[in-house]
Amino acid sequence: MSYAARFGRFWWRFVVGDDVPLAAGAAATIGVTALLVAMGVNAWWLLPPSLLVLLAASVLHASRAARR
Amino acid sequence: MSPAYLILATFLACAVESVEALTIVLAVGTTRGWRSTLYGVGAAGIVLAASTAVLGPALTSIPIDSLRVVVGALLVLFGLQWLHKAILRAAGLKARRDEAAAFGRRVDEAERAPRASRGEIDWYSFTVSFKGVLLEGLEVVFIVLTFGGAQHRVPLAAAAAAGAVLLVSAAGVVVHGPLARVPENALSFAVGVMLTSFGVFWVAEGVGAHWPESDGSLPAIVAFLLGGSLAIVALARRVEGATA
Repeated sequence: MSYAARFGRFWWRFVVGDDVPLAAGAAATIGVTALLVAMGVNAWWLLPPSLLVLLAASVLHASRAARR
Repeated sequence: MSPAYLILATFLACAVESVEALTIVLAVGTTRGWRSTLYGVGAAGIVLAASTAVLGPALTSIPIDSLRVVVGALLVLFGLQWLHKAILRAAGLKARRDEAAAFGRRVDEAERAPRASRGEIDWYSFTVSFKGVLLEGLEVVFIVLTFGGAQHRVPLAAAAAAGAVLLVSAAGVVVHGPLARVPENALSFAVGVMLTSFGVFWVAEGVGAHWPESDGSLPAIVAFLLGGSLAIVALARRVEGATA
């Protein structure tokens, strides 16, 4: 693997971490919040519960994976 | 916004990372000697301090709304990583970090590595301590820059991080061994909740949403995410218990 690829991989893992679906879900929720605000909805309420749902799904997935 | 949150979050995050870095430095230093080990620690410290000094002012020159979207999103991603790992460990789905065991492994590796000639720099000690401090320190620099940058208080965040490094180093000198009794997972849990909460607060503000109580909403976000995370731990334990 080239130095540039290792460098990119390091920073990817540093910011995104091991759980890509969790990070992607969080990023999508931020995007939906921005979209709703742009449409005139004060969507402050969306992020906190959505992140908890994503976390719960991720932890339960890890639990299932550990049992396999 | 009160600077107390900023000081607390950066102090706790830095304390956790410093405990892990201390284990590496102590293992190498006590096994192979301190001179090259401390050169490595010093070199990593210079790189980390220079990164903070260069990137801090650059960040604060970005318009505040744009900065809060970027910093908030990064803090959400980063905070969720901390919280995810802490929840898995608290629920028994991932092994807790054991500083005494990590110290023993590092000592074994350090004893097996070839020795330098007397008077020469021991590159093994230098490299291991440099890499250990740099990698653990990068997370702290990231938190100092994002957390401090969003409030235009990078120097205060850096001072809180430096305070944690000094405290953990002093404790390491007194104990003369790894700090195995520090409740690392509880600290990581608290850091994860705080990073995620601030990230949520700032990213929502950055995209134009208005919190009902403005800054006063932050304690409610922290309480909500903390309560929800503890509920996830309880749920995961129940699922594990039911299938065991």
